[in-house]
Amino acid sequence: MQPFSSVTAIGVPIDIPNCDTDQIIPARFLRRAKDDPKYATFLLHDLRFNSDGSETDFIYNRTPYRDSHIVVADINWGCGSSRETAVNALVANQIRAVVAPSFGDIHYNNCIRNGVLPVRLPTTSCDQLRKQLHAAPGARMTIDLETQSVTGPDQTLYPFTIDVFDRMRLLEGLDDISITQQHAKTIESFESIYRDQNAWVFDP
Amino acid sequence: MSTPKTLFQKIFDRHVVLERDSGDALLYIDRHLIHDLHHRAFATLKANGQTIRRPELLFGTPDHSVPTTAQTLVDIPQGEMRETVSGLEAAAKEMGFNHFDLTDDRHGIVHVVGPEQGITLPGLVLVCGDSHTSTHGALGCIAFGIGATEIQHVLATQTLWQRRPKNMRINIDGALGPSVTAKDLALLTIAEISAAGGAGFAIEYTGSTIRALSVEGRMTLCNMTIEAGARSGIIAPDEKTIAYVKDRPFSPKGDRWSEACAYWKTLFSDTDASFDHEVLIDATTLEPRVTWGNSPQYSGSIGDTLPNPANEPNLIKRSEMEAALTYMGLQAGMAISDIKVDKVFIGSCTNSRIEDLRAAAAIAKGRQAVVPTLVVPGSGLVKKQAETEGLDQIFKASGMEWREPGCSMCVAINGDTLAPEERSASTSNRNFRGRQGKGSRTHLVSPAMAAGAAIMGHFTDIRSFN
Repeated sequence: MQPFSSVTAIGVPIDIPNCDTDQIIPARFLRRAKDDPKYATFLLHDLRFNSDGSETDFIYNRTPYRDSHIVVADINWGCGSSRETAVNALVANQIRAVVAPSFGDIHYNNCIRNGVLPVRLPTTSCDQLRKQLHAAPGARMTIDLETQSVTGPDQTLYPFTIDVFDRMRLLEGLDDISITQQHAKTIESFESIYRDQNAWVFDP
Repeated sequence: MSTPKTLFQKIFDRHVVLERDSGDALLYIDRHLIHDLHHRAFATLKANGQTIRRPELLFGTPDHSVPTTAQTLVDIPQGEMRETVSGLEAAAKEMGFNHFDLTDDRHGIVHVVGPEQGITLPGLVLVCGDSHTSTHGALGCIAFGIGATEIQHVLATQTLWQRRPKNMRINIDGALGPSVTAKDLALLTIAEISAAGGAGFAIEYTGSTIRALSVEGRMTLCNMTIEAGARSGIIAPDEKTIAYVKDRPFSPKGDRWSEACAYWKTLFSDTDASFDHEVLIDATTLEPRVTWGNSPQYSGSIGDTLPNPANEPNLIKRSEMEAALTYMGLQAGMAISDIKVDKVFIGSCTNSRIEDLRAAAAIAKGRQAVVPTLVVPGSGLVKKQAETEGLDQIFKASGMEWREPGCSMCVAINGDTLAPEERSASTSNRNFRGRQGKGSRTHLVSPAMAAGAAIMGHFTDIRSFN
C-alpha cells in the first residue's frame, strides 16, 4: 500500500450530496479485474460519459480538474454499497485524498486500506473549499497527514482529526494482515479459550 | 457492580481479541459469508501465501451474478457472469469451505440463506462483503458489511480490526395499521434520521412495534439500516428469535442448544446502558410509503403529493430534491398515486422471504398485472415453500413472471434490468441513480404495494383492495 504523508495538488469539487458508491462506480463494472486498462474510466462513469461513449461536461472531465489528485465532496460521500472497487477507481485516477463533511462508514474503511486519505471537515469548510475550487479552476491545495491539516487555495488552514491507528496505517503504508500477524499468538490463545467456552459456535 | 452495557457492547466485548490504546479492537469473527462477486479473493489469498484460517466458519453462495432464468451453471451465458459464479464454486471445492451451488435448494441471496440455514445466530459477530449484511442483526447478532481488503483479512486471520461505533437506540412504539409493513417502517426511519444519520453508529431497534414484528419483518428493517448510514442494526433476541433459529440445519442441537440459549437470554441492553443518541418513532400513524428521490431518505405516504423543493430550507436538500425530480421525470406537487410504472420487481435481500411473497400474492390473487412483473424468491427453499403454498400459481395467473432465486433487478448485473428512463416499483433497497440499469428510475415500496402497482399500473393505496 502506498504510504501517505502529504499531497499538494489540484482539487476537484464534486457538489453531489449522498454521492453513493453506485455513482462512484456503476455495478456493471464490479466484475472487472483491477488491472483492466480501462479501469480509470469507470470512476463516476455515468456522470462522465454519455451512452455513445462521448464525454459529458461533468467537472472531472474538464481541464484542469482532470489532473486533480484531491476530491472535495459533499455530505455522506461513498454511502451505499460496500464495493471496494469504488476506491480502486479513485486509485486508478491517482486520487490520493477525499475531503467531505461525512463518509459512508464502509467506504471510509476501504479508503484507509488502500492508501486513500478520507478527511472529515465541517460542512461549512467543505462548502468554502468547493466554492474556491470552482472560482479558481486548477487551484492547488495541500493535505498533510503528519500535521493533520488541509491548506486551502487561499492558504486557510483547516485542522482535521483522524483515528491514530488509521493515521499510522496510512503514514507507514501498512496493511492490516501484517499488523495482525504480529499478534498471532494472542489470536491463538483467544481462539482456544473462546472455543472452549462457546462450543455451540464451532460445533453446533 | 459492572458497568451497564448496550446489547451491541455486550456482544462486541465478548469478541475482543485485543484492544489498542487508540480504542481499535481486533474482533474475533464467528461467521463469514461470501458471494460470487468476491470469487477473486481466493486467488489473492493464495498469491499472498495465505490460507483460510477457519474454512468451517465460511459459507458461500452465488447470488449477484446469477440470471433468474438459470437453474444450473451451464444455463448462465458464457462470459464474466458464469466465470464469477463458477469461480466461487471452484474455490469452495479447492479450499474446502461450505458452498451452496445453483443445483442445491439451499442456495440463494446470501442474506436470505444465512438466517434460513441457522448459520446466523444470536450473539455472533458475522461479516460479509456486502453492505446489506446488516440484515442478520435482526436475529440479535452484530452483523456488518466489509470491503474486499477486509475479506482478505478475515479469511487469513478470522479477525477484523474495528473501532467501537457509537450506540444509537431507535425506539418504535405503536401498532402498525393494516397493510403497513416493516418496509414502510424502514423508509420512515430513514426519512427521520436521514441517509447519513446513522454514520458512525450501531443502531439498536427497540419498542412495542419491533417486538410485534415477525423475525422476517425485523430482517427487512435491519437490512435497510445501511440506507440510514449505519453499518449494523440489531434487535435483542426474544422467544420469536429463539423459535426461529431452533432446528435449522446449522443451529446448535442438544446440549449445545441449551448452552446457546443460556447465553442468548443475557442479550439485551442493560436498563442503565447509555446510548450516544436516542430516537423515538410513533408507528401508529404510519401509512404505506413510496420513495420518489434518488436516496432512500426521500419518501412519502401513498396519499401524499411530491414536495416542492422551493419550500425546503436546507440548501443541500433543496438541490438534491431538484436534481432527483429531474432525474426521476417527476414534478413537484404531483400525487404519488399518479406516478405510472413500467415494471415491477418483487424480490431482493430486503423483501424476498416467504412472508413477502405471501403479502404480494394476497394482492395479486384473482387480479391481472398490467405491467411486466418479476417475482424472484430469495432462495431455493423459499421458492419451494411458495410453490407448496401455490403462490407461484397465483403470480403466474396474474401474468407475473416466477423466477429462480438471485439478486435480480436489485443489483441489475445478471440480465434483469430497466432500460434508460424506465420506471419501477421495486421491493429492493436502493433508488440510487442507475441502480437498476443506466438511467433507471426506481421507487421503493413494500411487496404488497409493488403488487398493487403491478395491478393498477401506478402506485395505489392497497388498503382499498378489499
